[in-house]
Amino acid sequence: MTRSIFLSLVFHSVMIILTALTLPFMMRNPIDLPPILSVDLIQITDKTNIPYAAKATKILEKIKKEEEKRVVSEQAPPTEKKKEKPDRIPLPDDLNKEKKEIIKKKQNPKEIEEQIRQASEFEKKELFDPNQIAALIDKSKEDTAETLKKSDKLTQSDVKKSFSNALTLSQEDALKAQIFGCWSLPLGLPYQENLLVRIKLKLKPDGTVLRSEVLDHARMNTPGQAFYKVLAESALRAIRICQPLRVPPTGYEKWKDLQLNFDANEMLKG
Amino acid sequence: MKKFIFAIIYLFIFNTSSFALIEVDITRGNLDPLPVAVSPLYVEPGSKEINEDGKIIKNVGEEISKVIELNLKRSGLFNPLKKDSFVQKPDIAHIKPRFEDWRLIKAQALVTGKVSIFDDKLRAEFRLWDTIAGKEMVALAYSTSPNSWRRVAHLISDKIYQRLTGEEGYFDSRIIYVSETGPKTQRYKKLAIMDQDGANVNYLTLGNELVLTPRFSPKNQLVTYLSYFRNIPRVYLLDIETGVQEVVGDFPGMTFAPRFSPDGKKIIMSFAKDGNSDIYTMNLESRVVEKITDHTSIDTSPSYSPDGKYICFNSDRSGLQQIYVMRNDGSNVKRITFGKGLYGTPVWSPRGDLIAFTRVHKGKFYIGVMRPDGSGERLLTENFYQEAPSWSPNGRVLIFYRETKTDSEGKGFSAKLWSIDLTGYNERLIETETDASDPSWSSLLSK
Repeated sequence: MTRSIFLSLVFHSVMIILTALTLPFMMRNPIDLPPILSVDLIQITDKTNIPYAAKATKILEKIKKEEEKRVVSEQAPPTEKKKEKPDRIPLPDDLNKEKKEIIKKKQNPKEIEEQIRQASEFEKKELFDPNQIAALIDKSKEDTAETLKKSDKLTQSDVKKSFSNALTLSQEDALKAQIFGCWSLPLGLPYQENLLVRIKLKLKPDGTVLRSEVLDHARMNTPGQAFYKVLAESALRAIRICQPLRVPPTGYEKWKDLQLNFDANEMLKG
Repeated sequence: MKKFIFAIIYLFIFNTSSFALIEVDITRGNLDPLPVAVSPLYVEPGSKEINEDGKIIKNVGEEISKVIELNLKRSGLFNPLKKDSFVQKPDIAHIKPRFEDWRLIKAQALVTGKVSIFDDKLRAEFRLWDTIAGKEMVALAYSTSPNSWRRVAHLISDKIYQRLTGEEGYFDSRIIYVSETGPKTQRYKKLAIMDQDGANVNYLTLGNELVLTPRFSPKNQLVTYLSYFRNIPRVYLLDIETGVQEVVGDFPGMTFAPRFSPDGKKIIMSFAKDGNSDIYTMNLESRVVEKITDHTSIDTSPSYSPDGKYICFNSDRSGLQQIYVMRNDGSNVKRITFGKGLYGTPVWSPRGDLIAFTRVHKGKFYIGVMRPDGSGERLLTENFYQEAPSWSPNGRVLIFYRETKTDSEGKGFSAKLWSIDLTGYNERLIETETDASDPSWSSLLSK
């Protein structure tokens, strides 16, 4: 008997010590790190990146030479123009210098390559910042979590139509009216596309949003559907701005999972 | 006990479906431009000032943010908020914005950044934040020579536009146009080039002869235009960087309405002889000239589709001037406009989905768009006289020119550049030093 009491005391004290040691960690606030600054560095050349019309200029030079040899005729006005060129094209002198420099670069691909290499090495350094990698991993977790979640729930949402809607008309209207005011539609959406974003929400009893997910998540990263991401983001913003949502005071169980279908088609097509 | 277990299992299985998922359709929203806060870029201490032709720019960070703001505002899609209302200072905002402060002034997106000029090198870094979600949306840094600060501002604007609309921007681009001075009866016309926002104007010709319809090459620094040099109207080619000019082809007569092919290798134009004009192309490398249309009517204003496979043009072969589409070899000619009045100056959108045109009906001029098969015609703007639409690089905005009526004394005439987007609501005057006509939008400079 005494032995078991003794054992119990030992185990309990161990437990108490362990909790005393470990729990404060959970109480502590997470360290507020400044966000990791990651940027891509882009080099801009002095002028534009548009290539010279290399072949065309060559031809132009050829013609220039040929025409200098030729007797000036009515059909060859450019030679006359060239003489006037300095007056005709009022370019400052230093611009011409710049041009020569650029031409040098073009003829010397090695020079350019070196520049590019420098830039990319700089980027590499940034990429190997351990903090940043941690951030990347965190990000990917978030993403996968979201994509995993959605898959099985899609089918469920198809079933739901056979059940009657649990919100009364006035309740639904109150919610709609609230979100109408919060949703800034991105202007400049394409007219001929499907502009429906379905968002599933998990709500708290007071109408604040615990979790939100875009149901057609895969479409966000589809090439040529960049507008869809923009639209989805605008819908998510609307939900955040509207928080807490105007939900009925009762029946939490019914509406704790809520799906909002943001449809821009009607607005744009009138 | 068994019953109890069954009851639990029963509840477990059927509980989930006992409440249907409630769906609410949201079909209305705000169509106001998105409120965006563009915080001035923080200038790192010790950065040099920029001397721009004698004008000293002290706070380049603020100047860049102003250019960005104007770009965003002019697009009609964004509403840049007034800087007086900003609570957070640029240096802190760039590291970690206090999103509550920005949400308070109703900003849904925030642009922050910093800029430094050391050793004659400008480095500008910017971040776009979603203030509602409290997330960074895009972050980029540019380095260039200090005098290119405006281009940096345009490139940043393009990135913001792209991230917030899902479409490519159009701010890092230029416009070539015909600058006009003098009374209506005796106009001096010069070729002029400027940034898309009207800055950095440069005149390319002196104004001794009439110049018309300048068009950018989509791929390089060339411009093709019509010049009345020695009173013979012909198509010329001009390298805007070197100033080299040249007449295109050796045609025994008038050539006009030139335009480049999408790959920049050919020029397509009209050639008129004995009162008949047909469409020709000339390859700039091989100099081979090809006749595309062969009809007794006037065929002109050709414009390639972005894939180069089709050409749209206008012709009066049916009696009145209408728009036609054909294959690039001249086969399969199809009329696409059947509305009342005249149709002209067709231009294929760089996206390929639309053709812009000028329509004249009952003495009014309209700029409109339609699909390449002629369906879905939409007239965007109506005026006393306007024509010659040209597409922005992303195919969302059209630039054109508009002339005003002269009064009985011959005064009051003006020609100005205007832009309108595809919604037809966002119509804006583009300020130019002189009167201006025949605008042509370049492709993106950094492509």
